[in-house]
Amino acid sequence: MSNINLKARMERRAKDSSTRIPDWARRPTFIVASVIVVVFFLISLFPGLFAHGDPLEVNVAQALQGPSRAHFFGTDDYGRDIYTRVIYGARIDLEMGLLGVIVPFAIGTTLGLLAGYYGGLLDNVVMRIIDVLMAFPFTILVIVIMAILGPGIQNVFIALWLVGWMSYTRLVRGEVLRLKDVEFIQAARVEGFTDRRILLRHMLPNVISSSIVYGASDIVMTMLTGASMSFLGLGVQIPSPEWGAILNEGRAFISYAWWITFFPGLFLAVCGVGFSLLGDCLTDILRRKGR
Amino acid sequence: MERLNYCVRRVLQIIPVLFIISVVIFFLMRFIGGDPAVMVLGDKATSEAIAAFHQRAGLDDPLPIQYVRYMRDILHGNLGTSLSVRRPVAELIAIRFPVTVKLTILSAILSILISLPLGYLAGKYKDRPADQGIRALALVFIAMPSFWVGLLLMMLFGVKLGWLPAGGWDSTNFWTQCRSLLLPALTHSLSLIALLMRDLRNSVVDISRMDYVDFARSKGIPEGEVKSRHIFRNALISYVTLLSIRIAYMLGGSVITESVFALPGIGKLMIDSIFGRDYAVVQSLVLIFAAMVMVINLLTDILYSFLDPRVSYHE
Amino acid sequence: MEDRKVLLEVKDLKTYFVGRHETVKAVNGVSFTLYEGDSFGLVGESGCGKSQTLRSILGLLKQPGRIVGGQILFRGKDLVRMSPKQMREIRGAQIAQIFQEPMTALNPVLPIRKQIYEAFERSGLSKAEREAKSVEMMKLVGIPEPEKRLGEYPHQFSGGMRQRAMIAIALAEHPALLLADEPTTALDVTIQDQILTLIEQLKGEMGMSLIMVTHNLGVIAQMCNRVAVMYAGRIVEMTDTVTLFSKPRHPYTKALMNSIPNGKQDQLETISGTPPNLSMEIVGCPFAPRCRYAEGACFTTLPGLREIEPGHLTRCHRLDVVEQFTGLIPAEEELHG
Repeated sequence: MSNINLKARMERRAKDSSTRIPDWARRPTFIVASVIVVVFFLISLFPGLFAHGDPLEVNVAQALQGPSRAHFFGTDDYGRDIYTRVIYGARIDLEMGLLGVIVPFAIGTTLGLLAGYYGGLLDNVVMRIIDVLMAFPFTILVIVIMAILGPGIQNVFIALWLVGWMSYTRLVRGEVLRLKDVEFIQAARVEGFTDRRILLRHMLPNVISSSIVYGASDIVMTMLTGASMSFLGLGVQIPSPEWGAILNEGRAFISYAWWITFFPGLFLAVCGVGFSLLGDCLTDILRRKGR
Repeated sequence: MERLNYCVRRVLQIIPVLFIISVVIFFLMRFIGGDPAVMVLGDKATSEAIAAFHQRAGLDDPLPIQYVRYMRDILHGNLGTSLSVRRPVAELIAIRFPVTVKLTILSAILSILISLPLGYLAGKYKDRPADQGIRALALVFIAMPSFWVGLLLMMLFGVKLGWLPAGGWDSTNFWTQCRSLLLPALTHSLSLIALLMRDLRNSVVDISRMDYVDFARSKGIPEGEVKSRHIFRNALISYVTLLSIRIAYMLGGSVITESVFALPGIGKLMIDSIFGRDYAVVQSLVLIFAAMVMVINLLTDILYSFLDPRVSYHE
Repeated sequence: MEDRKVLLEVKDLKTYFVGRHETVKAVNGVSFTLYEGDSFGLVGESGCGKSQTLRSILGLLKQPGRIVGGQILFRGKDLVRMSPKQMREIRGAQIAQIFQEPMTALNPVLPIRKQIYEAFERSGLSKAEREAKSVEMMKLVGIPEPEKRLGEYPHQFSGGMRQRAMIAIALAEHPALLLADEPTTALDVTIQDQILTLIEQLKGEMGMSLIMVTHNLGVIAQMCNRVAVMYAGRIVEMTDTVTLFSKPRHPYTKALMNSIPNGKQDQLETISGTPPNLSMEIVGCPFAPRCRYAEGACFTTLPGLREIEPGHLTRCHRLDVVEQFTGLIPAEEELHG
């Protein structure tokens, strides 16, 4: 091969590889989303770094003060510092969003895999349960479960778990049914691979991405549902700090103390935007990989 | 004919599910805990009074008998008596039901009015500033908690500006009702607007790239007809489907919106009854919510079969 | 060349896909002439710009594609500079197009009747006349029971029938030119032949001209009397079909010929490597990195499209070397010793 030839080829190759840094990592939405999410993680893990007071400290003399240098977000009717309460409330809301998704994700995906792969009685039972539960509007279902279990943050988690798994099961089951007919799965069966191996090595990697995409968008929805339970008085109980609960306390004062309501909601919204954006980026990446 | 068969079959499918739901609800409600007699008569009631109350309300009978009685009553349109306010449940619900229905209808109308033009615009001007703005708006709408938005709107338009009532229900006439419902409906429809905008935008983008759009264009028909008959018409299929699915979902959200705006609908009744442990009301409401969802799903399927000829009538 | 009327003349057409970060030069200076009654073939690998050349003619480019330079003269009038309204007068009535995949080229939610009626929209025909003409077209393309099938939806048709229906719709207004974009690629082999025969027959009956885009040289041999071979957005060789198959000159054309079985080769040739990324600046001959004969100038200067014999154009620096190895696959050492 001539030298010129070789050199030209190498130059071409060098040009091709200049775009090696993945496209998604350079996008502004991804950067904004990661910054938001990382900041909220830091807040929920180390609230003491961001606020020095005690979220439960009552100071009636300072009640219902507007935002000031001493109280960035003002105070509530007991004189508690809203900023401190909002910072300390982050952990519960993030937990609701993440644990409220991870557990149903795991349960739902597993059930979907098994129901779709084995079919039969298991599939029938699971699908009938879903049919019945899906007949309720999502929020009503969570509220009814809360009504049965009684108010409290643990029960919010249980309610979210009891309701959340269904979407994953339906999604994964559908994918598994589709995949069962695909050649490479049938080949694996003919080869005599164990069910376990087919499920874990062949099925799971192929169906998990749609579960992940759904889960990413589910985080925001779950967090909002959890917060709304506290807002309705069914979740976190007074005086523990949680965004929905703080909002609920502020409701009575909206005509003259807007800050009690405004700031926790703002945090909830910004946190939601962060997770949504991150979810969108993730969806994009998985779609591209799928192609 | 085939479609009629399909509709009948779908209607018949609802009945067993409703039955199972009613059984599940009935038994679960008995485990909520707390004695309704105590709720009604107060902590200081004598045990004789409580026993008498149990006798009257039929709470001493075995559960299956209570259930049979309950079902018989339901089929006669009798949903039982509210244990806390001592009025027929059917009457309580009948008063509040129209408020929730009106809230839902107004929210749906607002959602369509806002999402249809914006979603279409975003799809048409894909990746241009209009699209980016609308997508950002959708993102924010989805992330914002509705109860927060409701309170902010109430604060601004109700308290600060005084343009609209800051909550409550003025049933005097159509206009006062609309005024009472405007802010709640806006709050209620926020996430639906966002979802519909996104869906329509993506459909328009996807469909605009389809060959049948180019083929239609290659016939020399005006661009307006290409857009309306081929792009818009096809994008509407998933839009309408999503809309009706989400209306069922929105019924659940009425619990939150109605309690923010103190609207006397069935969502507010639900939460009040849960706190009041009034399980005759709660179980009737849950059944009604489930029935409404199933009817809406049924209508969606039927509507879909009209919109998309590819639908198969055989499961 | 004998005196025939020019129907379509494409001059130095440039169609780019201008994105935010990169510009893909899908069609980069394509010129050819189509005479009335001709069947012209555009052949090449996928992504060589043949489909985009075809789509440029009726202005049916996908976003963000647009024509950035050149002329497309149809009966002397430049289609590129026409207003949308003038363009609409051309579409369907003068030039029609059929697509590769009839499932996606017919609107799934409209019955065939509505889709064929659209073609008569500006004609001012009454409903009865439209119906009669639709039935006539359906019969012409060989769809049985046309009255009944008009009311059906595309998904109720088989693949071949869908393609027939699409042809019926496209030809409803008796256009002078039919653009066919891989019209048989999505079909079964037996159906392919039926559709090609149908197109050829209708072309004769209606006195149409044809531009056929395909990656299949067999289709070219069956359908076309003149061919252009495209590579990386440019025409690399253009001649009449007989010459192309008997005396291909460009190394790429030769490689294409050797990649189809003809019963004479010992082994089929595959072209190693991939076509260049059209969003990058290409220096020299775009085929050079995959070419066995490439050397020196091939990597620095783009060869021009030269007329080596009357009516036979090709784009290669090393035709003399290529010529010595006709029909043979030269070993690397032999060429670059």
